[in-house]
Amino acid sequence: MTMEKMEKQKTGLLEVIDLKTYFFTPSAVVKAVDGISFSVNQEETLGLVGESGCGKSITCLSILRLVPEPAGRIVHGRILLGGEDLLAKSEKYMRQIRGKRISMILQDPMTSLNPVFTIADQVGTPIRLHQKVRAKSVWEKVREMLGRVDIPTPEVRMWEYPHQMSGGMRQRIVGAMSLSCQPQLLIADEPTTALDVTIQAQFLRLLEGIQSSFGLSMLVVTHDFGIVARICDRVAVMYAGKIVESAPVSDLFNNPIHPYTKALLESLPKMDRKMDKLYSIEGQPPDLGNLPPGCSFAPRCWKVHDICKKEYPAQHEIGNNHTVSCWNHQM
Amino acid sequence: MLLAAEDLTKHFYVTKGLIFTKVAGIVRAVDGIDFRIYKGKTFGLVGESGCGKTTTAKLILLLERITSGKVLFKGNDISRFSREDLREYRKSIQAVFQDPYSSLSPRMKVGDIIAEPLVVNNELPKDVVVEKVARVLELVGLSHQRANFYPHEFSGGQRQRIAVARALILNPNLVILDEPVSALDVSIRAQIMNLLKDIQEELDVAYLLIAHDLAVVKHMSHKIGVMYLGKLVEVAESGELYDHPLHPYTKALYSAALPTRPDVQREDTILPGEVASPLNPPRGCRFHPRCFQRKPVCEEEPPELIDVGAGHKVACHLRR
Repeated sequence: MTMEKMEKQKTGLLEVIDLKTYFFTPSAVVKAVDGISFSVNQEETLGLVGESGCGKSITCLSILRLVPEPAGRIVHGRILLGGEDLLAKSEKYMRQIRGKRISMILQDPMTSLNPVFTIADQVGTPIRLHQKVRAKSVWEKVREMLGRVDIPTPEVRMWEYPHQMSGGMRQRIVGAMSLSCQPQLLIADEPTTALDVTIQAQFLRLLEGIQSSFGLSMLVVTHDFGIVARICDRVAVMYAGKIVESAPVSDLFNNPIHPYTKALLESLPKMDRKMDKLYSIEGQPPDLGNLPPGCSFAPRCWKVHDICKKEYPAQHEIGNNHTVSCWNHQM
Repeated sequence: MLLAAEDLTKHFYVTKGLIFTKVAGIVRAVDGIDFRIYKGKTFGLVGESGCGKTTTAKLILLLERITSGKVLFKGNDISRFSREDLREYRKSIQAVFQDPYSSLSPRMKVGDIIAEPLVVNNELPKDVVVEKVARVLELVGLSHQRANFYPHEFSGGQRQRIAVARALILNPNLVILDEPVSALDVSIRAQIMNLLKDIQEELDVAYLLIAHDLAVVKHMSHKIGVMYLGKLVEVAESGELYDHPLHPYTKALYSAALPTRPDVQREDTILPGEVASPLNPPRGCRFHPRCFQRKPVCEEEPPELIDVGAGHKVACHLRR
C-alpha cells in the first residue's frame, strides 16, 4: 500500500453502527444480523467472511435497504454513507443511491442478467436512470464500459444476449453494469463462486485494476479465505449474525485470536504443507431462530468457559485495528 | 491394479433436424485418456468445468456408453462382462455426488436410503440389513438411531455423510467422489475430508476423486491427473505435481489457485481467454490458444502423453 492510499483510507466512506436485521416468522424471530458494526474506508477493500447463513448477504441487502419485507426488517442501527444515514431516507432517495453511489455484483451471473434483453439494454439502464445523457451517448458509454472490463469487440457483443456469452464474460458484464455510474462503493457478494479457477483469477485481477483506476471502495462478501488473502485490505469474520473478529488481513492470518477464526484457518487444506489430517470444527452452525444464550460459538468451541454460555462477550480492541469478541481475551 | 482406463473416449453426437437427422458436430467430451487406479489409493482428476471429469466418472459407472477404448476392472474389459459379471461390477463401484440435497430422496427414511443398494443386490433377512445400516452409520459418524429420520432433518454435512454411508454399504472396491465437498460449508469440509481419509485407511477402498479445487485434490489424492478439454495433460504423484508441475496449464492452475495467506509470494501467471468449446477444439495441442509458452509445432500436432521419469507423465511439446 502506498502512503497516498493509506492517507485516503483514514476517511471513512461507509459506516455501519449496531445494525440489527431480523426476520419475523410465525415460529421464531430469526436474528440474521444481530448488532454488527464496521466501516469501509475510501479506496479500501473490506472482506466479510463467514459460512452460509451467518448473515453476510443480509448485511449487504440491509445496506442497500433491499431486505425482503414485511418478513424482514431492519430493527436497529445506523448506516452512514459519507455521513448521511441511509436508514432515515425515503425510498425515492434510496433509488438515487442504488446503482449510482452503491452498486452490487451478485454471485451468479446467469441469474443476475435478464435473458430477454440485449447486453446494451441492460448495461445502459443504470446510465439512463442516473445520468442525464442523450440516447446516443448511452450506447457510447456502454461500449466504453464493456471495453474497460475486457470484452473483446464490444461494439459487436453489446447487441448480443446473455446466453451468447460465457460465464466469465457474463460476470464481467455485470461488473460493467455496476461500475457504469462510477459508484463510491461496490458490494460484491461471492463474486467468483460460480466461476472456474482460471476465470476467477482473471476476474479478481480485473476487480483490482478497476478499483485503483476508479478509486473505489469495496465490500467483498465471501466464504473463501483465499479471496480475502488475494484482494482484501481488512477483514471481518462473521458467525451467527455477529462479527466475532476484525483485523487488517495480514494480522488476521498471522495472529488469529477468536477460536472460530483460528479453527476456520486451520481447517483449510494447504498446498504448501503436507498434512495428514485437517483440523475440523465439530458440530454445525446454529439455527439463527434459536440461538444459544451467550456466545453463539460456545457449543462448538474448545476453549469454552462457564461465562461463555451465559453472556455475549463485548468487542475488545487488542491494538492495530484488531478487534475480537471472545471471553478468552477479557479475562 | 484395480481399474484402468485405456484410450477411453466418449463422443456425443449433436444432431440436426427432427425426422431426417444428421450429425452436425461431435462433442469430444473425453478423448482418449489413460489412467490407473490402485487398491486403497486415491486418484484425483482436476480440471475446469467442461473438461470431461464427470463424463469420465459416468463412463466408469456405466451411466454412459463408451465410444471407444476400454475400462479394465481387475484386468478384465468391462464391455465384455456378462450380466452376472456386471452385477458384481456395479456392486464394487459406488459413487458420492456433489450435492447432498438432490442426491437423497426426500420421501425415504435415511435407513431405507442407505439399505437400498443392499436390498437391490442381495437377498438378506431384514434384521441383517438393519444391523448393517447401523454399522455403516456409526462408521460415518452418525448415531444408528437416526436411521428413522428423513433427509430434511439433517444438515448438509450430515447428508453428505449419509451419501457416503450409502456408497459404502456394499463394501465396494472403488468409490467415485464427484466434487464431494464443494457444496459444503468451509467448517464442514474438513470433517468430510477427514472422514473419507479415515474410511480409506480402515476399509482399504480406492477413490476416484473429481474436484476443481486443487488444494482439496492435493490433500486427498495419492496421484493426480490434470484434464483439459477431454485430454489428460499431466499425471503425477500428488507431491511431485505440486513441486514440479511441467505442463503450462498445470502451472497456470496452481498459480490461479487462491493463496492460503496474504503474504505468499508467487509467480502470477494468469491465463488469457477461456476454455475453447469441445465441439470444435483447437487443432494441435488443445491448450495452445491460451498457452504462454507455445511454439509453432503446438498449433499443428497434438502432443503425446510421455513419461518423463518416476511415473510423471506430461503431454507437452516443450518436454520433448
